[in-house]
Amino acid sequence: MPSTTIAGRQIDVNEEGFLSNPDDWTEELGAEFARLIGVDMSEEHWKLVRFLRQDYKAMGETPTLRRVSTQTGMPVKQLFTLFPGKPAKKMAYVAGVPKPKGCV
Amino acid sequence: MTTTTKKSLVVLGAGTAGTMVANKLRNRLPKSDWHITVVDKTDIHDYQPGYLFIPFGMNTPEQVRKTKHAFIHDGVELVLAEVDKVDPEARSVALTDGRSLAYDYLVIASGTSPRPDQTPGMLGDEWHRSVGEFYTYDGSVALRDSLRRFRGGRLVVHITELPFKCPVAPLEFTFLADDYLKERGIRHQTEIVFVTPLDGAFTKPVASKELGHLLEERGVTVETDFMVERIDQERKVLVSYDEREVPYDQLVTIPLNMGADFVARSGLGDDLNYVPVDKHTMQSTQYPEIFALGDASNIPTSKAGSVAHFSVEIFVENFMELVAGQPMTHSFDGHANCFVESGAGKALLLDFNYDTEPLTGTFPIPKVGPMTLLKESRANHLGKLAFRHIYWNLLLPGRPMGLPAHMSMSGKIPADAA
Repeated sequence: MPSTTIAGRQIDVNEEGFLSNPDDWTEELGAEFARLIGVDMSEEHWKLVRFLRQDYKAMGETPTLRRVSTQTGMPVKQLFTLFPGKPAKKMAYVAGVPKPKGCV
Repeated sequence: MTTTTKKSLVVLGAGTAGTMVANKLRNRLPKSDWHITVVDKTDIHDYQPGYLFIPFGMNTPEQVRKTKHAFIHDGVELVLAEVDKVDPEARSVALTDGRSLAYDYLVIASGTSPRPDQTPGMLGDEWHRSVGEFYTYDGSVALRDSLRRFRGGRLVVHITELPFKCPVAPLEFTFLADDYLKERGIRHQTEIVFVTPLDGAFTKPVASKELGHLLEERGVTVETDFMVERIDQERKVLVSYDEREVPYDQLVTIPLNMGADFVARSGLGDDLNYVPVDKHTMQSTQYPEIFALGDASNIPTSKAGSVAHFSVEIFVENFMELVAGQPMTHSFDGHANCFVESGAGKALLLDFNYDTEPLTGTFPIPKVGPMTLLKESRANHLGKLAFRHIYWNLLLPGRPMGLPAHMSMSGKIPADAA
């Protein structure tokens, strides 16, 4: 398992750089992950990240884009504006939860 | 009245899973003690894997269509009606015609359906014309006619969102279209584009690599990470949420798939109307007397007939234990087994479960096969064609097929050694 030093901390990440253990997450780490992918965090970004963490804890899996949109009331279009290109993956990365499984 | 003392099992849906489970349990549960009812809104039973072949004239529409009642065993009551709502507290099912059915145990096997109404611009004047699909009987027949009229240009195969029924079918369609257009002598004037919300051809890494390679060999352009926002039928373009546009002359789309609306009305569904269940027992996470089988549940494996088949076998054994007051000891491993038509009379075979992605090797006998995993072969294609007969004659009636419900690793080459 690769590990890396982020925000002065030694942490375990997987091959794609996603946090291995969601419990290792802190807001500071989240901010650093966001910086690494060029996302400038606003309050709306944080609202989504907090939802992802809370929903992951409750449901045991990373929510899909559809679920994030219906549960937070934020249109999918806006998710693409806030996390350009691959919002589902980028939100999960910043929130320190596993990459959403595009189910088989 | 002896019926009042009988226990009642109600099965909602008489597709692959519902038919199998009713037939298998009718053979196991004494008629004196158990009443089994199956509810479906129509008496038509289609062999859905056959839809794929209709646009290319490889199956006739008649070959895929039969009646439902012909496959339901004597001693099972088939009720043709639409479900309005399940009341899980009262343990009863209300039908839209006003009738209601009480149950001791309920199996939800109402599947998943394409929902073109969920994407703006998908339905419209060009629906089943330049905006085609092959996930319904009418759609696959209409697409056959559209392809006959096709004279070249951009043929775009498009996946709206996951999960959807038979996740390999869009790839198969693409391979078969390549073949079909070559035979008609218009492949050189056609650009085939495969548009997917995923970051590759398939979700599982080893298979994505092998299948992506096959697309490349056939000169198919792949547009990844494409989440469709709307379809503009006037301009003939797909528009994504991040404002990319993919133009088409003939679009073949896989609409968003959703579970039955009554599941949502009954408060039993997730965001896409799938019933949340324990992935090893298919038992509802909310109500222990409710199970969901086949495509209707949220188990994280393919929505496919093979999964319905393998999971029903596990469920039947567990159900016999449950009604005998014993703990359920059988556990479903997510086993799926999919033939992938690759054109030119060949096919690949995928075999995987919750924990193991599709691997290369042989099936079902190690080193012998006759079928090869994740590699094209003629034997696989013949296996796929033969399956229609196996489906009608062995699978639906609930006869044993000799394929194990659990996946086996023998004969397979692990991912890190491949």
